[in-house]
Amino acid sequence: MSRFLKSTLICAGAAFAALPVMAQTYGLGRAALPEEVAAWDIDIRPDGAGLPDGSGDVWTGEDLYEAQCAHCHGTFGEGMGSWPVVAGGHGTLTHEHPEKTIGSYWPYLSTVWDYVNRAMPYGMAQSLTPDEVYAITAYLMYLNDLVDDDFELSRENFTDVRLPNEDGFYMDDRVELEWPLFTQEPCMSDCKPEVQVTMRAAVLDVTPDDPIADARRAQARAMAAASGGGDAPASTSDAEPEAKPDEEASAAHSPELIAQGESLYRACRTCHQVGDGARNAVGPMLNGILGRSAGTVDGFRYSPVLTEAGDTGLIWTEETVSEFIADPRGYLPRNRMSYAGMRDADERRALVAYLSTYSE
Amino acid sequence: MSEELTGGAHSGRPSATSRRGFLRGAGLAGAGLVAGTGVARAASPDPLITEVQPWAQFLGDGVDAAPYGKPSRHEAHVIRRNVEWLTADTSSSVNFTPIHELDGIITPNGVCFERHHAGVADIAPQDYRLMINGLVDRELVFTLQDLLRLPRENHVYFLECAANSGMEWRGAQLNGAQFTHGMIHNCMYTGVTLRTLLNEAGVKPEGSWLLAEGADASAMSRSIPMEKALDDCMIAFKMNGEALRPEQGYPVRLIVPGWEGNMWVKWLRRLEVGDAPWHHREETSKYTDLLADGRARRFTWEMHAKSVITNPSPQAPILHGHGPTVITGLAWSGVGKIARVDVSIDGGRNWAQARISGPSFDKSLHRFYFEFDWDGRELLLQSRAIDDAGYVQPTKEALREFRGVSSVYHNNGIQTWHVHSNGEAENVEVS
Repeated sequence: MSRFLKSTLICAGAAFAALPVMAQTYGLGRAALPEEVAAWDIDIRPDGAGLPDGSGDVWTGEDLYEAQCAHCHGTFGEGMGSWPVVAGGHGTLTHEHPEKTIGSYWPYLSTVWDYVNRAMPYGMAQSLTPDEVYAITAYLMYLNDLVDDDFELSRENFTDVRLPNEDGFYMDDRVELEWPLFTQEPCMSDCKPEVQVTMRAAVLDVTPDDPIADARRAQARAMAAASGGGDAPASTSDAEPEAKPDEEASAAHSPELIAQGESLYRACRTCHQVGDGARNAVGPMLNGILGRSAGTVDGFRYSPVLTEAGDTGLIWTEETVSEFIADPRGYLPRNRMSYAGMRDADERRALVAYLSTYSE
Repeated sequence: MSEELTGGAHSGRPSATSRRGFLRGAGLAGAGLVAGTGVARAASPDPLITEVQPWAQFLGDGVDAAPYGKPSRHEAHVIRRNVEWLTADTSSSVNFTPIHELDGIITPNGVCFERHHAGVADIAPQDYRLMINGLVDRELVFTLQDLLRLPRENHVYFLECAANSGMEWRGAQLNGAQFTHGMIHNCMYTGVTLRTLLNEAGVKPEGSWLLAEGADASAMSRSIPMEKALDDCMIAFKMNGEALRPEQGYPVRLIVPGWEGNMWVKWLRRLEVGDAPWHHREETSKYTDLLADGRARRFTWEMHAKSVITNPSPQAPILHGHGPTVITGLAWSGVGKIARVDVSIDGGRNWAQARISGPSFDKSLHRFYFEFDWDGRELLLQSRAIDDAGYVQPTKEALREFRGVSSVYHNNGIQTWHVHSNGEAENVEVS
């Protein structure tokens, strides 16, 4: 336990009573209206405090999860790419590479409900109804083998649920456990007999490329060579050449328009990759989108409605992409792209101009 | 390791007979005396001196060429850098302060590292609202204008991410102080203490915890014990004299001195007073420290004493050859001030006290220097911070003895840079 909380607990309530009371206020701010508090006070605690009325079952949760969560977290909660793993990992906490999931690590179900409700789906936060959050939470329990497929989670049964690792946590005890050793007078001389290098970061070679650092290292080697020697670190592999965006911009668009589009693309890049090495992520990669049939990027799992649109002749052109981006859900109802729409036609033109610079 | 590093001749203390030691001892640091002891001679006159340079002849930019000034174009490499393989997307990711390019104790605003959980929220000051609710006498809403009418304070504090050096638990991994220790910055904050702010609402006697919540798309939330909140926490709207940068929480962030950076909620929208912690995602699934036995510490808020040599380091090798050499670095403690920093040039076998220069503030970065004559031998550089609570920064091995290698957070072990005889430095671990 930290020194800090220890004193808090020892003093218990007395600590607060002992604080000097500032009787005077400045009278600033205004009273929060009940509607305002209700809108922002969304937090949930392990004791169920804060939970709204509602319920949701595993089956409903599966549909919601497939549509809104699986593209990052994986169909089985296994996590796509580097996105968080949310299921599995049971019994791995003592392994070399522990998998800290809801079922294997998280202490409280309320944390799941609260986090899904406040921050998910990623990029479209606070868009789920309470029933939907109950259903997704129920499905996450199912993915973690905590309930059967006929389970329904509700405000009423919520606090009956216990996660397996609830007792796996304890209060910070660094001060009690470690400080006796770490507050001893340090040794100043002849502290150990000899010193060996036991590991070098260069062996892993995972440091990001830093051109200035590379130039300085080259300078150090050149200077040493010129002065007849000087030991250098054992060599490591050279950095890969830096990936460059496709410079052959479409002649039809001005550099200014493309630059504006690049800036607007920030709204898209959470889900869509474009450029050298672009891969499918939450959304399909967008290289060569113009001229392509809808729903045809290899390896991407589209919503049925998008695949069907491609099958029935929808081709992405500057016009159709623009119409789609203006109102994705209006243009293709029940598609999975969680983007509200870009209303400004000039902005859409700029965005399409930017995308046109990335061919297949 | 080569023998000269383990020999006792070069113990790490500046030798009393070294030129620097002599000059300091004699109090005669005059240029003339140095010239008499063998300063380098130029073979021919330096054209930079003998010829009139363009900047000495022609007019430069006038005022307003850059209404908001930027660093010299020759400093364009001094930037935050990201480790792309760490995270799935930059909107929920981190980059690193270029600590190997900086000096003194203050981090310039433009290179303070970033950590976002759902990107940077863009909030106009007139659209900003702060709510206080829960176990208070009066649930209140403040505008930014309201907050600016409360008494203000100025404090310098470091902010360190709990995961700083987290990639190094299993061993040396990243070649650069920026990447191993760059999730830290140190700024002067201007704002209002939570003591003052919460007094406006009136905390009820049973109000023992505070939930801080952000307005960004992750609605970042953390539980803070009320005693800490009323001790030294504050809300800030200025950093280093100017408005918070957007990526640092503009217009208002929380300051939780000495405690892990994740608690310093940015784009702060709400403070709720309660009687128990909330156990939200960032204090259960994340920011808990998994130990070797499979159990985990929670609420490991304090950042314990730590230091790192910033120069030389892998991105900043020694390029000047033998002779007078300055080693410099940073030290800090979330518990108080730094009382002392020791430096070793032989991998921790022998230590000498470094010199701290610049203001020494509570829970702030301290700048240390260690000057010595480098004769070109290989070095295993280490620094060791000791804070005013008597805590001595431990070795990485000592930390692993207690915690194993899976705890991700709170790695404050001693860092080693292996400086080769050509001046290059690399990140290593030593016995």
